Order: sequence, then C-alpha cells, then structure tokens
Amino acid sequence: MNSPSETTTSDGSRPPVAAGTTAGTGGRDPARRKRVRRDQTVPPWAFVVPALVVYAVVVLYPSLAGVVYAFTDWSGIGGFSFIGFDNFRTLLDDDRALESVGNTLMLTVAVVVVQNAIGLLLALGVNTTIRSRSLLRVIFFAPAVVSPVMVAFLWKYVYNPENGAGLNGILGAIGLGGLRQDWLGNPSLALWSVAAMVIWQYAGYSMVIFLAGLQGVPVELHEAARIDGAGTWQRFRYVTWPLLAPALTINLMLSTIGGLKLFDQVYAATNGGPGTSSETLSTVLYKEAFVYGKFGYSTAVALVLALFVAAVSLVQLRYLRAREVTA
Amino acid sequence: MTTTTLAGKPERRTEEKRRRRPRYGSYALELGMAVVAVVFLFPVYALLTLALKDPQQIADSPLSLPAPPTLGNFGDAWTSASLASALVNSAIITGFSLLLLIVLGSTGAYYLARRATGLGYGLYVLFLLGIVLPFQLGMIPLYKLVDNLGWLGTYHGMVLFYTGIQLPFTIFLYTGFIRALPPDYAQAALIDGCDHRQAFTRIVFPLLRPITGTVIILNAVFVWNDFFTPLLYLGGSGKETVPVGVFSFVGQYVSDYGLVFAGLVLAALPILVVFLVLQRFVIKGFAGGLKG
Repeated sequence: MNSPSETTTSDGSRPPVAAGTTAGTGGRDPARRKRVRRDQTVPPWAFVVPALVVYAVVVLYPSLAGVVYAFTDWSGIGGFSFIGFDNFRTLLDDDRALESVGNTLMLTVAVVVVQNAIGLLLALGVNTTIRSRSLLRVIFFAPAVVSPVMVAFLWKYVYNPENGAGLNGILGAIGLGGLRQDWLGNPSLALWSVAAMVIWQYAGYSMVIFLAGLQGVPVELHEAARIDGAGTWQRFRYVTWPLLAPALTINLMLSTIGGLKLFDQVYAATNGGPGTSSETLSTVLYKEAFVYGKFGYSTAVALVLALFVAAVSLVQLRYLRAREVTA
Repeated sequence: MTTTTLAGKPERRTEEKRRRRPRYGSYALELGMAVVAVVFLFPVYALLTLALKDPQQIADSPLSLPAPPTLGNFGDAWTSASLASALVNSAIITGFSLLLLIVLGSTGAYYLARRATGLGYGLYVLFLLGIVLPFQLGMIPLYKLVDNLGWLGTYHGMVLFYTGIQLPFTIFLYTGFIRALPPDYAQAALIDGCDHRQAFTRIVFPLLRPITGTVIILNAVFVWNDFFTPLLYLGGSGKETVPVGVFSFVGQYVSDYGLVFAGLVLAALPILVVFLVLQRFVIKGFAGGLKG
C-alpha cells in the first residue's frame, strides 16, 4: 500500500516530508516544495469538479434522459414521438409486467427479512470469544465477494432435479426424501428458490455490518446492566438492540435497494421462468429493451422501479433514523 | 487466515473483560456455530468436490468425496473458457476503475466533508442520490451515449462507466471517514504555506489509508463481478471479462459439472485472494460509515 502514515501524522507544527511514494505526490522532495508559487494555488471547489463531471456523464444525464424516454414510443432506431402516459397505461394492462411487480416485492420482502435476521444471528454468534470466530467471519462473508452469476450457476446444481445430486441428494441421504423438489422448475417454488440463493450469498454481508455495529456497543453498558441483574435477553433487548439502530438502517436500506434491483441472479438461474413465475421488474425491462426493442416502454418500467426504490428508501430512512440512539 | 481478524479495537476490550469469567455456554455456542457453518458450506463442498471428479464419478456418487481426485478439469476449463484473456481484461478494467475511484472519490469527498453547508451539502445529497437510483433508468441512454462515442467494446468505456456508477458509494464512504478526522493537520499545512493540493496529497490522503482499503475491496468486488454491463458493452469484442466468459462457457458445457465447476473455482480465485488479503478493512470501513 502507501508509505507509513506515522511520518505524516506525528507532526502538526509543519508539513512533514512525504516519505517514499505516497500516491499522488510522486515522492516530491522538500526542496521542490519551496519553489511552488502562490499563483498555482488550487481553489477548494476544484477538488469536487472531476468527480462531478464523471458522475454527471454516467449517472445524472442518462437518468434524466431515461425519464424523458419513458414518455416516448422509441424503438431504439430512428425517431420517436412523445406519447404521454401511454407506456404506463400499457404497463397496467400487461399481465407479465404486473406479475413482475408482485414478484419483485415478494422477493424483496423475503430477502430483507430473512437475510437480516440470519445476518444478525451470525453477527451475535461471531462477536463472542469462541475460538473459531475469525474463521467463521471469513467463511460467512466469502460468498458475498463471488460474482452473483457464478453463485447462480453453483446453485443451479444445488437445485438440480436429479434425486441423487445436490439438495435433493442430501434430503434423500438424511431420510427426508419426501421433500425432494424440482426447485427451479416448479413455478410456485422458483421465486423462493432464487430468494434462498440470494440470502445465502449476502447473509454474511449483513453480518459484517451488524458486527461493525456490535463493536460500537460500549462494554461498560453491558457490565452495568449485568450488575443491575439483567439477563442475556434483557441486555440484548434494552442495551444492544437500540444501539444497533444505525447498522440496522444501513442493512435494511442496502438489502431493500438490492432486492428491488435484483437482476444477475434471476437472469442466470431462471431467466424469469418457468413461464413468468420468477420475472422481476429488472428482467422484464431488460427483455422489453433488448429482446423486443421497446426502449420507450422499457424505460417506463425502469422509471416505475426507480420510484419504488426512492419511495421505499425515503420512508425507511425517515422511520429508521428517527429511532436511532447513540451510546 | 485465522490469525487476522475482522475485529477492531473495541472487541479486544470485550474479550479481556470476558476472559476473566469463562462461561458455560461457550462450547455449546462454538458447536452450534460449527454446525451452521457446515450447512452454510454445502454448496462450496459441492463446488470443490465436483471440480475434482471425472464425469463417471459424478454420475455414480455425486455427493461423496472424490476418490481418486483428478485435476484434469482445471486444465480443460482454463483453455476452453479462455480464462487467461478474460482475467487480463478483468484486471485492466478493475485496476483502472479503482485508480480513478480512489483519486476522484477522495478528492471529491475532501471538499464535501469540509463544506458541509450550502452548495457542499447540496452536492453531497446529489451524489447520494446515485446510491438509490437504479442504473436501469439510465441504462439505455447511456448505452446510446457510449455507442455514439464509439466506446462500445473498449476498456476506457467500461472504466468510465464503473467510475461513474460507483462514485456515489465511494464518496459516501470517504466523506464519513474524513468528517471524523480532525481538520487541524491540513490547516497547519495551509498555514505553513502548502496549497490545498499539497495539503491533500501530503497530509490528508495518507490519513485515509484505512478507508481507501475498504474502498478498494468493495469496489473491486463490484467491478470484478459485474455481469450485466460487460455483457452489454463488451459482447463479441474479445475484451469480455471473467463473469461474461464464464457465462458463455457454462452455456456451452452445461451438462459437464466437473468442467463447469473447475471453471467457476478458477474464475472466483483472484477476487477471493484479494478479499482474504484486505478483509480486515471491510469491518473498519463499515464502522466508519455507520458514524457518518
């Protein structure tokens, strides 16, 4: 990484000599510093301009343009005309799109609730003195760093309908053969199978955020509660839980936004099928644009998705921030 | 792996206090967590054992340990998924995106953290909006823009995309961290005749090392693993990244699980190694973000 930071932090009275190759300085020697003239001074706002330009080009301008396209009949080639709210009316008559709205919401609720519950339990489990805690943290977080597409392919094997292999094989081996299923091929199960896969991948992510929160809970408060006779549950409920509020806010927001936008896992595991049983807003808008060439309609669906995400995040942020306390 | 922890300072204090008083539940908890870990690891067990079996073994005993293990799948997967070129493409795109994200994110956040009112606050909120906006909304206009620039199928098109799309989260992390730093160091440097650029590169940036570690790992994971954008922007260009390469490879050999899983193992290894090296920064970064 960079040069040792001790050399730069220890000295407040004069600018320390940058040791070695700190990124950005290129190892300038102190003698050269003196030659810098006043008129080369950089104004503070210049620091934010490059970031703002890139952000505007990649996110702000295209998003605004997307809002405009949502009100057109653009097909991706040639011209287009403005058609008012027709795309949104079409959406209300489009059974597949409506089903995808329902699927997206169910998937999001399942992922948010289960992933955070498991993440919290894992965090409580590894925030103790057990000897395997470091290894367990790494094991539980590791799936979150692997590509969602690859996780989907791995789980396609876990869910494979053959009886001797994957999850079905395990169920047979432990005497629960009656529970064997075609997990991704059954229209009433496919969506939940995808949810389980997503939860498996990101439960460790929630765990790490809760763990960061748990480590901010002062030991003294627990000791005081213990002396006052509070049991394990009471200490969790009245000391730990309220102080976990910021971690809970971040976790709920990230998993909600992630759930609503979910694409890669669904695309690779089921491609929305069987039939339309696991279509989400993201897979529908992808197909409308790049399979059927209805770019205007597709961005209308994207705008609905954006409004969903914005509304849910705002409500969550307001509600959750209000109940946050500090130690 | 077991010697480095995801832990920060407060946890060590917890341990010291508790160590004086060994508790009964400790062994039961250890056992319970071990069982959870075993259940959790089943897909990984399937991944590793199948990668080490030949098709006959997979058909005969899919769940058993490979006996004898074969490494043949790995060699075959390496060549038929053309992983070498995919790894190079991914490394170039991820490396340059990280470099730009660190430079633009840290400098931008330096201004936003120190100007927390008026225009500074407005810009901060504008950046945070990018965390909430689904990229799908701008997906098609951006595709047109990249196409018009002639940047489809290029490295710099991808680097620009990832820098823009990940700047909001990066700025969020850096701003939270910088706000918790005392401004005195940089002010002292300014009084002593540094300009803002020098104060930043010599004083502030080195202090940002822990959060830069977090920024590197979280963005590396995102950029390295992203599937959709390279599929759209790089399809057929010969510059496909690892997830796209694996996607078409799996489609081709879908029934040969040994070969496919060997490919998945090879494709996931680089990012897992980066994670293991930098994992201690993950929790610190989140702890910093929680305060911000």
